[in-house]
Amino acid sequence: MTGAALLVLADGRFPAGGYAHSGGMEAAVASRSVHDAASLAAFCRGRLHTAGLTAAGLAAAAAAGHDPLMLDGAADARTPAPAVRAAARRLGRQLLRAARATWPSPDLDLLARSRPQGVHQPVVLGATARTAGLAPLDAARCAAYESAAGPATAAVRLLGLDPLDATALLARIAGEVDDVARAATDAASRVTADGVGALPAASAPLLDIIGERHAARTVRLFAS
Amino acid sequence: MHLDHSTTLPHHHSHSAEPVRPDGSRRALRVGLGGPVGSGKTAAVAALCRTLRDRLSIAVVTNDIYTREDAEFLRREAVLSPERIAAVETGACPHTAIRDDISANLEAVEQLERTLRPLDLILVESGGDNLTATFSRGLVDTQVFVIDVASGDDIPRKGGPGITTADLLVVNKTDLAPHVGADLDTMAADARRQRGPLPVAFISLATTGGIGPVADWLTERLTAWHARGTA
Repeated sequence: MTGAALLVLADGRFPAGGYAHSGGMEAAVASRSVHDAASLAAFCRGRLHTAGLTAAGLAAAAAAGHDPLMLDGAADARTPAPAVRAAARRLGRQLLRAARATWPSPDLDLLARSRPQGVHQPVVLGATARTAGLAPLDAARCAAYESAAGPATAAVRLLGLDPLDATALLARIAGEVDDVARAATDAASRVTADGVGALPAASAPLLDIIGERHAARTVRLFAS
Repeated sequence: MHLDHSTTLPHHHSHSAEPVRPDGSRRALRVGLGGPVGSGKTAAVAALCRTLRDRLSIAVVTNDIYTREDAEFLRREAVLSPERIAAVETGACPHTAIRDDISANLEAVEQLERTLRPLDLILVESGGDNLTATFSRGLVDTQVFVIDVASGDDIPRKGGPGITTADLLVVNKTDLAPHVGADLDTMAADARRQRGPLPVAFISLATTGGIGPVADWLTERLTAWHARGTA
């Protein structure tokens, strides 16, 4: 296992398409529910403890070597909004492309062949982490961190917020990110005994609603 | 207009974009069109489609900044049937989408190749950006940078990666030169200084057949593309 591989995978510059997605932030800004540093913090923490926790569980399970196609079904069941599901598969396809070029492996090739339309991004993230020699907790950390960092970065672009405030926010909630990642990894360790039902299924109905609303907009900067 | 240039294509290495597929067939030539906002990229794409669509199978990917306006324009103008036009969102970072993280554009390009096979040509139009925006060689095989005389005749002198390295520099709206006091000779001399032997096309899309020099250049590139690997 190599710690630096985690940095490569978690780097916002890793070319896997994330920059064009706001994790619901653009829709939240459009409805004025996020408008300043305080509302940004509330949004990011909310996403971390709901969609972030669910994603982290899927990522940890995939990194532990559980069948990615089974986990993809579990991800579908945990993602009721079609627009959010489509975005997750699209990001999964893009991540898988980058991952196969970065850490070539027969497992990733097989995954791409099995689901040409894409696998949910957190599942691909976990499978990639496994290929890169990383642990389930690493994959969970990545997913949990990205669930807050993605929208925070988008908010900087959308609202002209001070980027230092956004980064300070991510540092402030780092402990919560770790807690979420640990809880997700614990849940993933029970999949062998209890099946995918052991994985977190926290949902955020408002994220689903604004995700659908965003997909219907004709004028937008971000794909989701 | 100047069209002296070489027809050699850059050597291409990309995880996704080998010129010849495993089954031996050749994928479409991928051409990037970049340049500042309002220089006429979409108009050039529309004119290229109208000029070349009868003899080539063409598809277009647009990278709109915050709307689908460019894609809508191309559909409305009916330069190609709607399924031949795809739009990519760029999250306020048009240069990222064509250079640093090309995954969304590659997806769009490959999807078009899959559904419209066989394609001869895919035009990838960047979102309007600044003078530093260039396409990754992992996304396109050759690229065109479009500027216009009305934005200031000092742009070629200022240079930047788009001006200096694009395989073809297009200077559009030459019909406006007298009205905005642009000196085309100076622009040509500056472009030559910045670009060496790389070609420059001075065009006016307001003129019938104005896209001709660009269409001719593209046709030459396509011929060179087809000659590759068969030798």
